[in-house]
Amino acid sequence: MARKSPEINAGSMADIAFLLLIFFLVTTTMDVDTGITRKLPPPVEDNTDIKVKDRNVMKVLVNSHDRLMVDGKFIDISMLKKAAKDFMSIHPNNPDYPEIETKFIKPLNRELPTTKGVISLKNDRGTSYKMYIAVQNELAAAFSEMRDDLSMNLFGVKYDQLVNEDRIDGINEAVPIRISEAEPENIGGE
Amino acid sequence: MSKFKIKKGKESPGINTSSLPDIIFMLLFFFMVTTTMREVSYKVRMKLPDATQVQKLEKKSLVSYIYVGPPINKRLYGTNTRIQLNDQFATVDDIQEFVANDRQKRPEADRQKVTFSLKVDSDTRMGIVTDIKQELRKAGAFKINYSSHKARGKDYTRYMKSI
Repeated sequence: MARKSPEINAGSMADIAFLLLIFFLVTTTMDVDTGITRKLPPPVEDNTDIKVKDRNVMKVLVNSHDRLMVDGKFIDISMLKKAAKDFMSIHPNNPDYPEIETKFIKPLNRELPTTKGVISLKNDRGTSYKMYIAVQNELAAAFSEMRDDLSMNLFGVKYDQLVNEDRIDGINEAVPIRISEAEPENIGGE
Repeated sequence: MSKFKIKKGKESPGINTSSLPDIIFMLLFFFMVTTTMREVSYKVRMKLPDATQVQKLEKKSLVSYIYVGPPINKRLYGTNTRIQLNDQFATVDDIQEFVANDRQKRPEADRQKVTFSLKVDSDTRMGIVTDIKQELRKAGAFKINYSSHKARGKDYTRYMKSI
């Protein structure tokens, strides 16, 4: 005859679970890591300057007092996005803007005019990190908006609503993110 | 004659707590799944900058962190900006070694996919950040992420994919 086994007292189960719960609450974090991803250029061996035509470069300088200068003029950070967008858009036959090159975009299977413009970003050692990120952010926003515009023109939907991989690649190729960072120099001190 | 009788000396029935452990276990599993372990204890204070064009770092296992900011313990370490690698303070010269050690620890297939996340206090001067970037370039670690909080606005993860 089987004996009836005594039941296990589960009264303290909740306490044990609580302890574990509190342990996990304390030792773990929930924050999602977000940030601006950039790719650094490989180190240069010799200081050979790559010649780029002056009209193709938009020079963005940030000094140690966090003042912003674009092509020799002081401007406010709120104007930077507009300036970058204006510079990188297609302006046919206008010598004030970068050269235009008609490129065959393979994923889209068509030719599109693309700009040869480059945004050159240079900061001082005394620039604050906050300002630097703000500038990077505005420049990234300019490129995002240009991709949106092109996507709207070609396909009638915003860039982040595209599903077709070819279309995404095509837009990426037609509007590449061209931000070049100058080799660091000591100018203003710490 | 009153309809509501005042009950006296009658004990109220206790709340049944037999399902309490189940509820707590459910909470526990939820937290175990959604959170990640703290990597290090911070020795520097970081108030990350805000940005709208941020993207999520997809795989946490493929991210290494470099912390930069003023020390939390001011009395002991002063207020000058310091770099923290793993669990200790370091200088700019230690970064190449840090990258090399980090590569050693990972399987060979993952070594080129590692992103170095720079968690830098927003009041830091760019000089030290530039130095770190130069060292990372020398060490062959090209993928970096300027860690920043997402300000309002839409998700730009897709836009930045092509970099």
